[in-house]
Amino acid sequence: MRRALPWIYMALAYAFIFLPVVTLVLFSFQDGRLPVPPFNGPTLKWYADVLGDSRLMSALLNSLLVGAGSAALSCALGFLAAYGLARHVLPGTLFLRGLLIAPMTVSYLIIGLGLLIVFNNYGPGPSLWAAGVGHVVINLPLAFAIIYASMGAQQENAERAARDLGASEWRVLALVTIPMLAPAILAAFFLCLTLSWDEFIIAFLMTRFDVTLPVEIWSLLRSGLSPRTNAIGSLVFLISVALVIGLELFIFGRKRR
Amino acid sequence: MAKPETIRGWGFVAPALLWTLAFFVVPFAIMAAMSLATLDGRELIWGFSLENYTRLFGQSYLLRAIVVSLEITLTVTIVSIVLAYPLAWIIAYRVPARWQRLALLLAILPFWTSYVVRSYAWLLVLSREGVINQALIGLGVISEPLTLASTRFATVTGFVHFFVMLLTLTIYANLIQLPANYRRAAVDLGASSWQAFRHVVLPLTMPGIATGAFLTFVLCIGDYITPQILGGNNELTGPQIIMVQLGRGANFPLAAAMSIVLMALVTLAYLAASRWLRLARL
Repeated sequence: MRRALPWIYMALAYAFIFLPVVTLVLFSFQDGRLPVPPFNGPTLKWYADVLGDSRLMSALLNSLLVGAGSAALSCALGFLAAYGLARHVLPGTLFLRGLLIAPMTVSYLIIGLGLLIVFNNYGPGPSLWAAGVGHVVINLPLAFAIIYASMGAQQENAERAARDLGASEWRVLALVTIPMLAPAILAAFFLCLTLSWDEFIIAFLMTRFDVTLPVEIWSLLRSGLSPRTNAIGSLVFLISVALVIGLELFIFGRKRR
Repeated sequence: MAKPETIRGWGFVAPALLWTLAFFVVPFAIMAAMSLATLDGRELIWGFSLENYTRLFGQSYLLRAIVVSLEITLTVTIVSIVLAYPLAWIIAYRVPARWQRLALLLAILPFWTSYVVRSYAWLLVLSREGVINQALIGLGVISEPLTLASTRFATVTGFVHFFVMLLTLTIYANLIQLPANYRRAAVDLGASSWQAFRHVVLPLTMPGIATGAFLTFVLCIGDYITPQILGGNNELTGPQIIMVQLGRGANFPLAAAMSIVLMALVTLAYLAASRWLRLARL
């Protein structure tokens, strides 16, 4: 009995962890109006419904655009900052690092509120672009931290060798540093993309007409439980998991080396 | 005059630094200043007034929201640690090495469901006609459905689900770094396996617990979605008050003040956990 205890606990924990997701996915195939037991399914009509909904699909596209754009910019800025701080002696390095990481410790709601005040009073008002700006704020610390952590002595030696052989700073960056750090940069990119593409509160505050998918789903929730919401939710989950598996593969790739 | 080398270094750091200043530090400063402003009708009057703060701590429903936020956050943090630790421990010490990555990946897979969707999914489970009520009625445990949704229980459940995954990850990462020899040595010296855990393993995993607990605290106290979807409007949390003020009320100063109070609570949590925190390692 004592030997079985850990496995029983593990089974219960997994059941708890998967309960809502399994319910979500199962009842997205519900043949009926309500996604609650008994299960009458299976049917694919809700998926057809969701995929045929132009509002949802444009929201999905917006989400991916904002996600990819903000992830790319976060990685670019994060990489440059990591390179600057790892390879150059700057006064107040510790402070600068703290400042760049700081947004990580602040709630998204508060970051969103600050940006909303600025964009409303001093900027062009809410838009998809504004949401992207907000997502760079939350993703930059992550991208910076991941890339900074993987800047090792190994790359530094290769960079020095390249410089000794006459390469300019930019050629060193483009031909030595970036290729050597590619796994970390890609991992950071995928992580930022996953976080940004289904981020809700900043997107909710910063967008008005063109909204992202989580904001669109939020407005669906007002009409109560529906298998349609299950279907779009399951699709979001599927895409996120695909992104995470991409991330896993790149991290695995780095570890094997 | 700075050396050219240093100037070049600044050049690399500058874009990220300017972004952080322009879109994080400056908005935050403006928000902080706004928490000291007042409203005259719809007109914003900048100044140095503590009116918003006295309102927050004077008006019972506003103070109540802060207390509710704090109660929910502390409950969630403690329950999540208590549930996640055994799971992380089992994965680290009971699951064979080659299956560990898979076990961990499975344990945190639903982490990647969209935040909004995850709360909605719990609504499916907890609603009156939902899975749990139907199962309990089917088993004959109850005859009338229980009210599970739109309660604090639902909010806490939704949060705990999310943070058990997060804490399992941080605690596991900490556990596998501990050399097995430490435990072996303790046992050789006559400690029972409980004593070895209590006096050797647990203290050494405090950094993982603290990191996870701090993240839980930050994300939980600032979250609007889970209380709004699962808790209903029976009792409001701080973030819900903020959103109400932004929407209908358009009272930005009060929303800003509420944000500052929530920030202050996060800072206190940071100080409480700082002894063990290793945020840089994240």
